[in-house]
Amino acid sequence: MDIGARVIDIIAEQAILDPGDVTLESTLDSLGIDSMGLVESIFAIEEAFDIQIPFNANDPSNSEFNISSVSSIISDIEKLVAEKS
Amino acid sequence: MNRVVITGSGTINSLGHSAKETFANMAEGLCGIGPLFLRDVDRLDIKIGGQVKGFDPTTVFNRQQLALYDRVTQFTLIAAKEAIKQSGIIFSGELAAKSGVVLGTAGGGVSTWDDNYRAVYEDGKNRVHPFVVPKLMNNAAASHVSMEYNLKGPSFTVSTACASSNHAMAQAFQMVRSGLSDVMVTGGSESMLCFGGVKAWEGLRVMSKDACRPFSANRNGMVQGEGAAIFVFENFDKAKNRGAEILAEVIGYAMSSDASDIVMPSKQGAARAIKGALHDARLSPEDVQYINAHGTGTAANDKTECAAVADVFGRHADNLMLSSTKSMHGHLIGGTGAVELLACIMAVKDGIIAPTIGYEEADPECALDIVPNQAREIEVDVALSNAFAFGGLNAVLALRSV
Repeated sequence: MDIGARVIDIIAEQAILDPGDVTLESTLDSLGIDSMGLVESIFAIEEAFDIQIPFNANDPSNSEFNISSVSSIISDIEKLVAEKS
Repeated sequence: MNRVVITGSGTINSLGHSAKETFANMAEGLCGIGPLFLRDVDRLDIKIGGQVKGFDPTTVFNRQQLALYDRVTQFTLIAAKEAIKQSGIIFSGELAAKSGVVLGTAGGGVSTWDDNYRAVYEDGKNRVHPFVVPKLMNNAAASHVSMEYNLKGPSFTVSTACASSNHAMAQAFQMVRSGLSDVMVTGGSESMLCFGGVKAWEGLRVMSKDACRPFSANRNGMVQGEGAAIFVFENFDKAKNRGAEILAEVIGYAMSSDASDIVMPSKQGAARAIKGALHDARLSPEDVQYINAHGTGTAANDKTECAAVADVFGRHADNLMLSSTKSMHGHLIGGTGAVELLACIMAVKDGIIAPTIGYEEADPECALDIVPNQAREIEVDVALSNAFAFGGLNAVLALRSV
């Protein structure tokens, strides 16, 4: 499974939605994921890809990690996975 | 000063998943202690405990709740649900603003500490789940009860080892008696039956490998238990006006500190707490018919406790009943006083005295009526509940039938 599909699976599980209902344009807000759900998602993504995500919950918008939409999350994770290998 | 009554009770412990089931099994003299089922039990010297059986948290809580609720919080929420439902109170408006929750626990989320230390030390992982802190903190259970039931008044968690619940309930009682709150949710919980939790207790070498036999000459130590018991303490007039079922009246309490030793109990400290509770409840020693003993099944506790009771009650000590229900449900550490208050409620409400089971041999140093092995039916007006903690912190509560 590609990175995008795996990330969508993780986010969908957190939002208690069907993966089909999570689109690339979706925002965490629109999916009903709050700050606690966000850190839980980041933990699950780190575990799944064995990466470290540069995310600071004190100031999410100013992190190096772009959480503005599902597609921005996926592209940042793809970069982190690429850097790892 | 307001009169304070109990209008709801709930529990989950090794004797039952509800107050009703626990009362029935206490009256039967059933033993909830058995072989421990937990990870790495083969590496433990102590392989018995009063574990909650037949409990599958996934049937009660959803995935998101389970990510946040340690086993101790799960027990607390189950007991709170039963108690608050029985009370019939819905917290809203001014009542919600002034009602709070004061709970006792000694260890809080011990399994969460245990699992995550295992992950980072044993499994070498460098990352833990983000909710480890909110899951393990000692006040997690109290906070989740406050959120679930809209309790916005004074709320906190008391941690005084084996007296935690009694100290907590004493605080809640004081708040309702003084008029600070009309209703307080109180009690306590513990869940230390995991590898690290049992291993730590093993270190003290006060644990029995076969049974908890308080006051019996052949006793050989304490046995751990787990679970929770929660109560609704309410202003008597308010409870009466709304036609609530009243289980018992809380009539007094006292706390004392031995100020002497971190583990050895003191007869004087225990006696001062018992005497203080009598004084606070305006009782003469002769008014008391039943005491739910701290009764851990260790030589140090049982002898000291009997000596303290003999000191305070004089000749009347021979007429009163003193039983330890830890013989059935084990020692719930910070939650123990809460589960034991159920035995006091059963005594004053139903006239049934829960026995001290496992009693085999008389001990001249514990020569009181400890209600051996079989429950007794007898009308009781006043009952006390003793708790004497490590660190020498004692708290005794007094209940009366209504």
